[in-house]
Amino acid sequence: MPPPFLFLQTGAGVLATTMITTLDRSSRAVARGLSDISIRNLFIIPTVLFLIVFNIFPLIYSLGYSFTDFRASTNAPANFVGLQNYRDLLNDPYVWSNFAITAKYVIISVAGQLLVGFGVAMLLNRDIPLKGLITTLLLLPMMLSMAVVGLFWKLLYDPSWGVINYALGLGNFEWLADPKMALYAVALTDIWMWSPFVMLLSLAGLSAVPKHLYEAAAIDRAGPFYTFFRITLPLVAPILMIAVIFRTMEAFKTFDLAYILTSQPTAELISIRLYKMAFQEWQTGRSCALAYIVLIMVLAITNIYVKYLNKVKER
Amino acid sequence: MAAVRTSSEIGFNRIAIVAVLVVTIIFLAPIYWIASTAFKPRNLATTIPPTVVFQPEISPFVKLFTKRSQMRSPPSPEEYAAAPWWERVVFDGGEKIVRDGKDQVQWSGYPSRFLNSLIIAITSTVLAVGMGTFTAYGFSRFKVKGEADLLFFILSTRMLPPVVVAIPMFLMYRAVGLNDSHIGLIILYTAFNLSFSVWLMKGFMDEIPKEYEEAALVDGYTRMEAFFKIVLPEAATGIAATAVFCFITAWNEYAFALIMTNRRAQTAPPFIPSQVGSGLPDWTVIAAGTFLFLLPVAIFTFLLRNHLLRGMSFGAIRK
Repeated sequence: MPPPFLFLQTGAGVLATTMITTLDRSSRAVARGLSDISIRNLFIIPTVLFLIVFNIFPLIYSLGYSFTDFRASTNAPANFVGLQNYRDLLNDPYVWSNFAITAKYVIISVAGQLLVGFGVAMLLNRDIPLKGLITTLLLLPMMLSMAVVGLFWKLLYDPSWGVINYALGLGNFEWLADPKMALYAVALTDIWMWSPFVMLLSLAGLSAVPKHLYEAAAIDRAGPFYTFFRITLPLVAPILMIAVIFRTMEAFKTFDLAYILTSQPTAELISIRLYKMAFQEWQTGRSCALAYIVLIMVLAITNIYVKYLNKVKER
Repeated sequence: MAAVRTSSEIGFNRIAIVAVLVVTIIFLAPIYWIASTAFKPRNLATTIPPTVVFQPEISPFVKLFTKRSQMRSPPSPEEYAAAPWWERVVFDGGEKIVRDGKDQVQWSGYPSRFLNSLIIAITSTVLAVGMGTFTAYGFSRFKVKGEADLLFFILSTRMLPPVVVAIPMFLMYRAVGLNDSHIGLIILYTAFNLSFSVWLMKGFMDEIPKEYEEAALVDGYTRMEAFFKIVLPEAATGIAATAVFCFITAWNEYAFALIMTNRRAQTAPPFIPSQVGSGLPDWTVIAAGTFLFLLPVAIFTFLLRNHLLRGMSFGAIRK
């Protein structure tokens, strides 16, 4: 069964469990106050219902619209068009190019974050004065608003008076207005913002490597490369994997940063295409269909991510 | 690392320390630049080469909060002398503060957006953390059928791209008149943060030994009393960390706010970039707005520093 249906099914399952356990409660003798089962229901059910109403119901609503030619900008009633929207989207080279751009963006930015983040973590993984303060300072970028970060990187990227061109001696180099460069510029900002996240996870992984392994390697006169590839990397790999999946998912969803930084078609990520289709061209029905295609992809990655999280948790 | 430190290792350590310093400076430079631009006079904000040393000014912040208009001619000396300090700094930039018929200073759009951000972020945080704490306790202490599926369902609602959820929400809100309302955004952010707060709080709850409540139950407490009097105080640090994370997420959120609001309930993230517009923006004012907006997050990052890893990994990885 495809993920979204599984997803809806779980929602329905919860409702059923609710009813069963409510019946169940009356048959139980209540000693003092509320029974454990009723407390459990009281604590869990409102949250699940809230999420069903505000997360699942809208998705059912948009699934319905994805089979119509509805346009939210007009009062014309929606006509049922079957799978037409999906067929059109999958045959639209424009949409495919948006997916290709997104894939390229994900690869560049996640690879960059992995290299920078892990590299900095390796540097930081030793006795360094003010290590705590430095780590906290390095974590600052990822806590900031992506929209506002995009805005001030625009200032930094400015070709004539931007600090980046001045610092690197690039003259009037175009970052955001050049169709070839725009996507790299967005990825670079994303790398600046999110390398600290990979660094944070890597540091946790590195500090968990047992010291006696390094001591044993030193006694065996193992070289630094051997130590790194045979001891450090394999032990940190699971946690790095978490960082990679999580960042892949987030980079795939990127909207704010790219939307604010540039309007180049060469940097039009899939979520920007989706936004334009829905709220600028007002092709509501079609955008709902595209949203569903994106949703299935995201849920697939989420599934892998959660499996991995649980695996690492069990270690 | 190794038991015996060779001289080459100590040398490498020194190089690493220098490298760390360089990296830190590079990472902080953009933030420093925006903070310093917020205190520059307008003519120094976009100079070639960039101005690094300057006399800091407060005028960008005065301009940020007030509505201004260009002046054709400079103010008369009497007018200038009679003006309070905050009006003089605006005069110095060749502008004047717009006043209404009753001579009241007109505010810019910024303070109301900032206030909207505060109201919406705080309310949704309280709701999400409140509900999340109860639910996390439920999942942590009781057997729930299909627990793993339910937890995945709860988390997956957060993983969806905002635009995907925003399309149907926009249509539904339009039908019930919740577009551009505080309540509308509060509901959205609560739903968004709730899943996160359940996951994070469950981790914190799992760490509180069950024996604490069991002892209380033996002493004649009801389960509810045990929860409020024993578990909640124990979970206080976790609740605080979760709340700060939820606050930051709601505070920073852009896509929903862009789509769902346009004026009345607009928050700061869509408002600040919209000020750039076309023509020549006053970057000092934009930087001032950005600086004030980022300040609370910077402070919270310091307060949260020991919980960051945990929060970012949904409670899966603990230090």
